[in-house]
Amino acid sequence: MRSSGAIVLCVVLVAGCRLAADPPPGSASGSDADGRSITAVSYGGSYARAVVRGYHESFTEATGVRVDLADFQGGLAQVRAQVEAGAVHWDVVDVSVAEAVSGCDEGVLELIDPSILPAGPGGELPEDDFLPEMNTECGVGNLLFSSIFAYNREVLTGPPPTRLADFFDLERFPGRRGVRRSPEAILEMALMADGVPKDRLYDVLSTPEGLERVFRKLDTIKDQVVWWDTSAQAPQLLADGEVLMTMAANGRIFNAQVLEGQPFVIVWDGQVLNRGQLAVVAGTPRLEDAMRFVQHAARAESMAGVGRYIAYSPARYSAERLIDRHFETGTEMWPHMPTNPANMKNYLMTDWRWWADHGDEMLERFTAWLAR
Amino acid sequence: MTSRESPRVSQPVPRPLWRRALGPRLRAAGLALPLVAFVSVTFLGPMLSLLTKSFYDPEVADALPGTMAALRDWDGQGTPSDEAFAAVAREFVAARTERTLGRTANRVNRVASGMRSVIMGSSREMVEAGAAAEAAGAATDGAFWRETMISIDSRWGGPEPWRALEAAGQRLTARHYLKALDFERGPDGGYVRAPEVWRIYVPLFWRTFLVSLGVTLLCLVIGYPVAHMIANSPPKRANVLLLLVLLPFWTSLLVRTTSWIVLLQNQGIVNDFLVAIGLIGDDGRIAMIYNMTGTFIAMTHVLLPFLVLPLYSVMRAIPPAYMNAAVSLGATPFQALRRVYWPQTLPGVGAGCLLTFILAIGYYITPALVGGQSGQLISNMIAYHVQTSLNWGLAAALAALLLGGVTLLYVVYDRLVGIDRIGLG
Repeated sequence: MRSSGAIVLCVVLVAGCRLAADPPPGSASGSDADGRSITAVSYGGSYARAVVRGYHESFTEATGVRVDLADFQGGLAQVRAQVEAGAVHWDVVDVSVAEAVSGCDEGVLELIDPSILPAGPGGELPEDDFLPEMNTECGVGNLLFSSIFAYNREVLTGPPPTRLADFFDLERFPGRRGVRRSPEAILEMALMADGVPKDRLYDVLSTPEGLERVFRKLDTIKDQVVWWDTSAQAPQLLADGEVLMTMAANGRIFNAQVLEGQPFVIVWDGQVLNRGQLAVVAGTPRLEDAMRFVQHAARAESMAGVGRYIAYSPARYSAERLIDRHFETGTEMWPHMPTNPANMKNYLMTDWRWWADHGDEMLERFTAWLAR
Repeated sequence: MTSRESPRVSQPVPRPLWRRALGPRLRAAGLALPLVAFVSVTFLGPMLSLLTKSFYDPEVADALPGTMAALRDWDGQGTPSDEAFAAVAREFVAARTERTLGRTANRVNRVASGMRSVIMGSSREMVEAGAAAEAAGAATDGAFWRETMISIDSRWGGPEPWRALEAAGQRLTARHYLKALDFERGPDGGYVRAPEVWRIYVPLFWRTFLVSLGVTLLCLVIGYPVAHMIANSPPKRANVLLLLVLLPFWTSLLVRTTSWIVLLQNQGIVNDFLVAIGLIGDDGRIAMIYNMTGTFIAMTHVLLPFLVLPLYSVMRAIPPAYMNAAVSLGATPFQALRRVYWPQTLPGVGAGCLLTFILAIGYYITPALVGGQSGQLISNMIAYHVQTSLNWGLAAALAALLLGGVTLLYVVYDRLVGIDRIGLG
């Protein structure tokens, strides 16, 4: 039995090495001894920097409550897991409206009393000042972001792509494509590129034939796709020349253009706009501070603070007026904003009701399609 | 034990052997106790509880008890009774207000994809319809709900959503195993093979098996000469060589894996070199990472020490005189290797291959980092269901099948080769 003992020893050693390399998630958080703190979760990288400068710092200044920043890649999985396990260590999460509604239906997000929303700097009432459909039962709107595709002018030297359909055109633009490993936005883009009119898009997507059609379209580029998971990977893939074009969140490309001087170009045709919200994880022991944080982030000044660091449009009209130039480089912000009329000649607004009900099914189908 | 004591003995009886040995034995057992406790708490317990989830799933049954009771008499044809409509409506509306329906809908959706949107979409309107009827003083009985639900979503007029509810309400169930084997519920309620687009797990099991086999063979081909060289080097050089084998072993798995990304990526060192020496054009760079090739290369590298070490310790014990004797008796070097040396190393080959194969079959981090989409293995799917889809029942079923497969292989190996033929030197 000496030999099997040695095998067991080896296996234990290896398991030990793996555990050491992989600290359990969520080990750092909670409230600290000398002061209160909350954990706010966001998408990391340049966007995280923008929210820290935009409103985390001013919140701590105003209340004395420290804000710990954690990164995630979007989605409700970890929130669900924490609530189901009864171990909530995240307090406030960045979510899309569809996720906020799904999470609300499942009881993993707290209901937010709309009366906590602050008035605008000129006394504007929240109900008039927020853009339409920005707030839901469990989510307070903070920005609009857009899924676009972009290319690197130094890598793509020929005639440039100008339309969404060019992203799917491997004949005219042979080369690899970066796409987020998620059904969101890419399903819409594929259908738009396939010629489905925007006003019928979600009806088509609701039918089995429509789904077949989407995945047939995606099949045409599948073997050229490099899938990415975190938003920061998209500009990296472009900069490294790993892909010819990539789908991306517009703010990440803006950041690479302005802060790193990358020769990237955004194609706004067929951009898919989506609403971003803040939500509070159900059952957090730091509920009061979390709600105050959401309230603080809902001020026009907070949104403008983010909008002066990264090109995401604020959720309030009064905040739009506060945004002019980038805080560090002095770049005019509005030409880069997804809601600038010049960039909105052909856009799609994500139907959050559809995604709230179909999101999990789409993820399931998408995962099955990817695995084949 | 009294019956065994002899009555004839007059002097003090020495304590029976087993009793004298009891103290030390207990002490030895006591020393092992922390380990036993540790293994049960951190390994056996969680594993059993997870495996239980693969066949025991009470969530929907607990969430919709009235519906399940009303569906018990249904024959699975057409639509169920008015009571079932009333029960579903009552429980949906209540769960919707308590904000628990989303979770239940997720669970039902795992039985029949599409059910989440049916349940969430219709329940939203059912709350309003119920409130409106009550405000108008109309009766909200089964007949009312039958009509209302079918008008909200015509699918409630067919058997499919009801069958899905009924199936999801089974506490003891084989559905996770059936799904893990790419079966799904057919139109008549029985299980049939899933349509092509949904068949993912069986092909993944095959891919995992073949990749593990390939990696093991590759490790053997690369590792055998290395182990032989180390075993037959003078001690000083052998130590240096052994260190070189162990060095990656002491490096973090993540570091080792990500180094391969630096080497193999499109603009990486290997491709740059091949372009520089003119072997490939700048536009013909080889895709060596984020695909199956990447998984193969990185896994072989990571697992190589597990084959080299057992081989080395077995080879070190083989006296060089045997080979010399074979050659001096007229064997060619190849014959001597094949007929004298190779058979003596078989215990090491067996141990190394079994170890490498079993480790490879559960590999997860390396394929996730360098495998791209085509290089993913079954463990990545298990991780996906544990971390992202939170479908722990399916994850447990997949893990149980994997565990069963490995155990089967072990038994087959034992029958064919004999497990005691394994040696680590």
